[in-house]
Amino acid sequence: MTTQTMTRRHPLFMPVIFLGGLIFGFGLGLSRMVRPEVVLDFLQLDDLGLLFVMGGAAVVSGVAFFWASYRGGRAPLTQTSYQRRLMPFDRDVVVGGAIFGVGWGLSGICPGAAYASLGVGNYPILLAIGGMFLGAFLFGYLRSRAETTPGGGSPQAQSAMARQ
Amino acid sequence: MPFAEFFPNGVWPYLAGGILLGLATALIYLTTGLITGASTFLESTLSYVCDYAQFRRYVDSRDWRLVFTLGIVAGAAVYAVTVQQGIWVTQVQWWRLLFGGILVGFGTRMGRGCTSGHGICGLGSLSTTSLVNVATFVLIAIGTAHIVEALGVTP
Repeated sequence: MTTQTMTRRHPLFMPVIFLGGLIFGFGLGLSRMVRPEVVLDFLQLDDLGLLFVMGGAAVVSGVAFFWASYRGGRAPLTQTSYQRRLMPFDRDVVVGGAIFGVGWGLSGICPGAAYASLGVGNYPILLAIGGMFLGAFLFGYLRSRAETTPGGGSPQAQSAMARQ
Repeated sequence: MPFAEFFPNGVWPYLAGGILLGLATALIYLTTGLITGASTFLESTLSYVCDYAQFRRYVDSRDWRLVFTLGIVAGAAVYAVTVQQGIWVTQVQWWRLLFGGILVGFGTRMGRGCTSGHGICGLGSLSTTSLVNVATFVLIAIGTAHIVEALGVTP
């Protein structure tokens, strides 16, 4: 899939990606998730409005996923076939989710909302974004070290990642 | 009314924002077949400066992921200019942002997704893997936020 998207990209590919990002960022602003205080209010169970953010987004995108993958065919701008987001399950999914949960509960910010938060002028969020890069780097460092030793890493998980 | 008690700011801004997130995801998916998770950007961008195998696998997608993220920043800036009318700055303490961010970066990559990849796209795909991941991070985050609040840290 990645090779196809590299070689057969339509001229409108990047403009559409940027437009999608624009709508995504505006939506994050409107949903107030760009404010860590709002996320912390949700996690402290003072305002459960964020349920409607993730729920509304999952339902709308879910309709697109099921409609396109059921109908078949290929995406017009990349000639990629439509597939739903189905990832293999292993221990990393739970342990990684738990570590993310501690970070989200501590800071009130997740990756997409952090980028958008920068856009609304919230410059202290650069600390969180810098931290996220550091955390992703640490994971890559540890995982790359593990993969150089025999039996390290999970081939199944890696092939699934490569398809994304 | 118990419902209103849990939604002191109503549900419409949240629902409208969520629908826009879904429309943006659907727009990119239907035109390109690509699934937009926000946290993969961290690793794909690190591939520009570091050649670990973990990052190299995203070399083919790193350019559009960068453009998508720049779009997110620009879209939020449009929101700030048109609706919010000015900049907004958090009062959450710096160490919470920094150390929380480190854990978010590590955990989302280990767990293969975040609030957008697993939360929007994975749940939208009715993926059991994503459902388990989302249930894990939401419950742990609720517990963490309560502990931090109980320790007297505000905000």
